[in-house]
Amino acid sequence: MEKQNEVVLFGTWASAFCKRVELALKIKGIPYEYVEEDLTNKSESLLHYNPVHKKVPVLVHNGKPISESLVILEYIDECWNNTPKLLPEDPYQRAKVRFWVNFFDHQIMARLLPIIMTRGEEREKAIKEFNELLKVFEEGINKDFPEEFPFLEGKTLGYLDIVVGTALCNYEAFHEVVDVVFSPEKNPVIMAWVKALKNHPLMKETLPPHDKFVDKMREKYLDQYP
Amino acid sequence: MGEEVKLHGTWASPFSCRVIWALKLKGIPYEYIEEDLSNKSSQLLQHNPVHKKIPVLVHGGKATCESMIILEYVEEMWPQNPLLPTHPCERADARFWIKFAEEKGPAMWTVYRTSGEEQEKAVKDTLEMLRAIEAHGLVDKKYFGGDKIGIVDIAFGQIAQWLGVIEDIVGVKLLEAHKFPRLHAWIKNFKEVPIIKENLPDRDEMMVLFKHFREMLLTSSRDS
Repeated sequence: MEKQNEVVLFGTWASAFCKRVELALKIKGIPYEYVEEDLTNKSESLLHYNPVHKKVPVLVHNGKPISESLVILEYIDECWNNTPKLLPEDPYQRAKVRFWVNFFDHQIMARLLPIIMTRGEEREKAIKEFNELLKVFEEGINKDFPEEFPFLEGKTLGYLDIVVGTALCNYEAFHEVVDVVFSPEKNPVIMAWVKALKNHPLMKETLPPHDKFVDKMREKYLDQYP
Repeated sequence: MGEEVKLHGTWASPFSCRVIWALKLKGIPYEYIEEDLSNKSSQLLQHNPVHKKIPVLVHGGKATCESMIILEYVEEMWPQNPLLPTHPCERADARFWIKFAEEKGPAMWTVYRTSGEEQEKAVKDTLEMLRAIEAHGLVDKKYFGGDKIGIVDIAFGQIAQWLGVIEDIVGVKLLEAHKFPRLHAWIKNFKEVPIIKENLPDRDEMMVLFKHFREMLLTSSRDS
């Protein structure tokens, strides 16, 4: 007799990487147990399930652990083969989606810390570079996904939506704590996309509450880089 | 799949080799275009406008960039001689190690490109990477893929040849056989796989090229 589908997610409430997995599980309608980790005092389970990195998120499916948010997303899509699919079916489309998610994570998100760490002219330069990269992203997405883009209300969320939404929908918290880096004037397409994503019911349900998130960001960033 | 396959690459790049190995393991005919990175072809710039880098695979006129993304595409388009396992759990495990290779691999190149404190840190990071692979990646396995090589072996290919070249040029031994017995055995087994053996860049030629580049890098960083 097949074991019941037991899904446990180890995460932290403020981590966008963990939110990616939560959102994916919700999109697929997969019931799961959530375990909130204290990263200053990691549980034995977490250290056992992710011995290489000792990080969240970790998804444990029928006792088998999977680590790394994007790996987990692809796993969820393959294991729960039902609709809605998170990634496109066509191999070339899949390659494009993976390319842009890679770009978003490694080029765009990597530019946030330099903004946080700097002040004055250095920071202005960092913000400018950030906006230019967002422009490259916008143009690339527009060119590679002409039918999909911009995101329409009521459409099911896909891999790219999940990654961009969980990272950027709380942008107002970043503006409050660090600096204004997003604007409809500089990046109209991204802002329209983020706005639409913010209104999606599953995104609303998944994102951390604004005020709580602001406090967490202050604690994380301003204390480290006063 | 009757449409033509072209690969833009450079002979000494481990990322370029990853794609060559995958195509040859699957018996996919392709046209190879050697790029001169100081004078990139207009096709390369057209096919990879964002990064302007190799490798780029062009299949039926459509371009795919980033070596590991190319490999997943190749795997999906040409399922013969699979490089990824079938079961989702094992596929997730393979993808975990691919991500690890992509994230931690650059440290060995930092060892190559730098000196002083920056290099010391990169040496530490590289050793940490090797220790993690030794402890968790190759337990009871001949290859990362099990009994035959798979996508993770290909992802870690740079450890099999390029790391040794870096060690010789920089003059620091990182992968000592007695400290990394599993990895050491894996390197030997990996390089004996016929397709890999026949498609590794010549080590002596690599030494000349990489030595030259390192000298240029260090001179320019001294002067700047």
